[in-house]
Amino acid sequence: MNTYSLMFAGVGGQGSLLIAELTSLAAVSAGYDTKQTEVHGVSQRGGSVETHVRFDRVAKVHSPIITPGEAFAVIGLEKLEALRFAHYVDPKNGTIFINDHELIPASVADAEKIYPHETVEYLKSMGLRVIALPASKLARDLGDGRMANVVLLGALSTILPIPQDVWEKTIKHRIPAKYLEGNLKAYQAGKEMMS
Amino acid sequence: MREFLLGNEAIARGAWEAGVKFVSGYPGTPSTEIIETLAMRFPETNPRWSANEKVAFEEGMGAAIGGLRVLVTMKHVGLNVAADAFMVFPYSGTNGGFVVISADDPGMHSSQNEQDNRYLARVGKVPVLEPSDAQECHDFMIAGLELSEQFKSPVMLRTTTRLAHHKGLVEVGERREVEKKEFVRDAKRFSVPIYRLIRRPEVEKTLNALTDYAETCSFNRMEHNDNKSIGVVTSGIAYQYVKEVMPNAGVLRLGMTFPLPANLLREFCSQYETVYVIEEGEPFIEEYMRNLGITNLKGKEIFGLIGEYSPGRLRSALALGDPPKPFTEQVNLIPRPPMMCVGCGHRTVFAALKQLKVTVSGDIGCYTMGALPPYEAEHTTFCMGASIGVAVGLEQAGHEDTVAIIGDSTFIHSGIPPLIDAVYNKSQLTLVILDNSATGMTGSQQNPASGKNLLGEETPKLDLEAFCRATGVGSVEVVDTWQRKEIVNTIRRAIAYKGPSVVIARGPCNQLPEIKKRHVIPFIVEEELCTKCDACFKVWCPAITRTEQNFPVIAANECTSCTVCAQVCPTDAIKLAEAFA
Repeated sequence: MNTYSLMFAGVGGQGSLLIAELTSLAAVSAGYDTKQTEVHGVSQRGGSVETHVRFDRVAKVHSPIITPGEAFAVIGLEKLEALRFAHYVDPKNGTIFINDHELIPASVADAEKIYPHETVEYLKSMGLRVIALPASKLARDLGDGRMANVVLLGALSTILPIPQDVWEKTIKHRIPAKYLEGNLKAYQAGKEMMS
Repeated sequence: MREFLLGNEAIARGAWEAGVKFVSGYPGTPSTEIIETLAMRFPETNPRWSANEKVAFEEGMGAAIGGLRVLVTMKHVGLNVAADAFMVFPYSGTNGGFVVISADDPGMHSSQNEQDNRYLARVGKVPVLEPSDAQECHDFMIAGLELSEQFKSPVMLRTTTRLAHHKGLVEVGERREVEKKEFVRDAKRFSVPIYRLIRRPEVEKTLNALTDYAETCSFNRMEHNDNKSIGVVTSGIAYQYVKEVMPNAGVLRLGMTFPLPANLLREFCSQYETVYVIEEGEPFIEEYMRNLGITNLKGKEIFGLIGEYSPGRLRSALALGDPPKPFTEQVNLIPRPPMMCVGCGHRTVFAALKQLKVTVSGDIGCYTMGALPPYEAEHTTFCMGASIGVAVGLEQAGHEDTVAIIGDSTFIHSGIPPLIDAVYNKSQLTLVILDNSATGMTGSQQNPASGKNLLGEETPKLDLEAFCRATGVGSVEVVDTWQRKEIVNTIRRAIAYKGPSVVIARGPCNQLPEIKKRHVIPFIVEEELCTKCDACFKVWCPAITRTEQNFPVIAANECTSCTVCAQVCPTDAIKLAEAFA
């Protein structure tokens, strides 16, 4: 395989776009041809957000859009959104990272009852490689639950061919100084969960 | 130097490099980031938000005949608003280079229709360029201005959602200043209606010259293959999908899709057994080819007409394999519809309209979400400004209980003539203006009601109430949009008023940078006083969720302190966090 295709799925406001962008920028720094695109509906606030990232060292990346079944990794910042985009994963060689976190859609009647609480178990039963991580909890322990996205990024980084120093440089370059220390810790915590 | 840029950022960069000295537009997805990028990074291009697309186009037209290089941006339906000017500009032709962006939206991610503006360009006889990636967004922007000056014609740069909203690596350059062209007063050229008969043949002359140019220009490119069984004619982002899915096919990539090169198309098709025409949107190229008498074609009948293209869709259409479907068998893939933000001032208005059980003619903005549950209190929405005209029409059809709602930016954009008309024609119109001092849906841009311009400079703030009174509206009332009882009572009074009436529900958009930055004391729930009556949940604020004991809980870092949940609590259990401490 030459092209790495990654699907980031979350709810508007969770920061899935930020970690997709960090991944793209790291891939660019590491010398890969890279494309990224974001799909969202009428309002990005509170709705589903999907971001596609593709990079390749040898060949030019043509389409920014991933085809279902070809993603090297699906990164779900929330269970329902992970499930919504899980079919993008390559069933043989792909991995689904899921933040063990639920955001119940407020505007859907009886959402609590019909929410897919068993997402992780279900996807595993389909024979897919699923890594469930308590990213939100870890981020809260580090002082800010909003850094769950960067915890997942740390976990994701362990399976990508981008050197560690490039990841760290990219985070330092992109994250505002005020939040940098916490985010570097979150990144590290995500990495450690995979070791 | 290479930068990782959004298609729209690449267009902005290209405009700056090409020495553009005037930029105008109206926000509209997926075009908005072009002007935002120019304001942030390249203010020497002199960018601005205009009141609407027609005004933007006319200002651009003036700047271009005045000798400057000009960029005008809008989404596809914005060109409908600007069409009057767009259709006549080729009759005079331009002086400085003039490029108009038409950002089309296949898939209707954020639009009311899926129109393909290449047809508008054909009606207007305006050449069309279609880039296929971020690099070409940059390059075609620069080349488009040169083309415009070479043929003295306005040029349309057509993007689509995927092109505008994807990022890729772009080789960038530096700004090159271009000398201002001389403007000569020449009524025979620029006063088109009087001298139309002189100008009319000139339009055809230019179009003929452009057609010759299309045959050999570098925008159109053949990539031949030894295997002559399959060839592809494609344009725009679809070219990238073709390269991915059919890497060995011969390709004719059309970067200029109006006027089309008849000879080039005939020559290409004669070399391949079967030619696929793969273009997002309408069969614009395909129909032209069929009219040329080319028959070895396959197009829309297998790739489809509706929605966005993708590599997966091409694979399915070409029977190269069906991608996996979503997991919907054992688990419930419930939707996550978009909703109004925490503390949004529109909520109280929709709650009131629902309570009053009136017919609501709506307009374009975040408030189209009032049509969705839980409110379902908006019954028609068509296009910018239509709320008022439709309400007047419904009244004539006997539905006198109709209330029109419109945002401040949309009112300024297209609501003013219909309001004047409603007064003039003695309507009983009731209009609610949702004044949040921002163009909210596209990202809270500035507009004439916000008192600031694109560059953040102070500018006279349009006095909406004085303006409405000046049109002859007898009753104009302003109300704080977060005072739910007052909102209901004010709208009720406005409906009862004999003659046209306006209610201005006022309160700033929470997404405005200055509002986001302010210090907020959140509300909290005092559980000892809470009776779990669920009244606060009926406010439908996303910041209110349940604890395990079924008490409401307000997310402190999201609460905007709008007070609405505290207003509805019958036991005063919702208090400012400070008061509780």
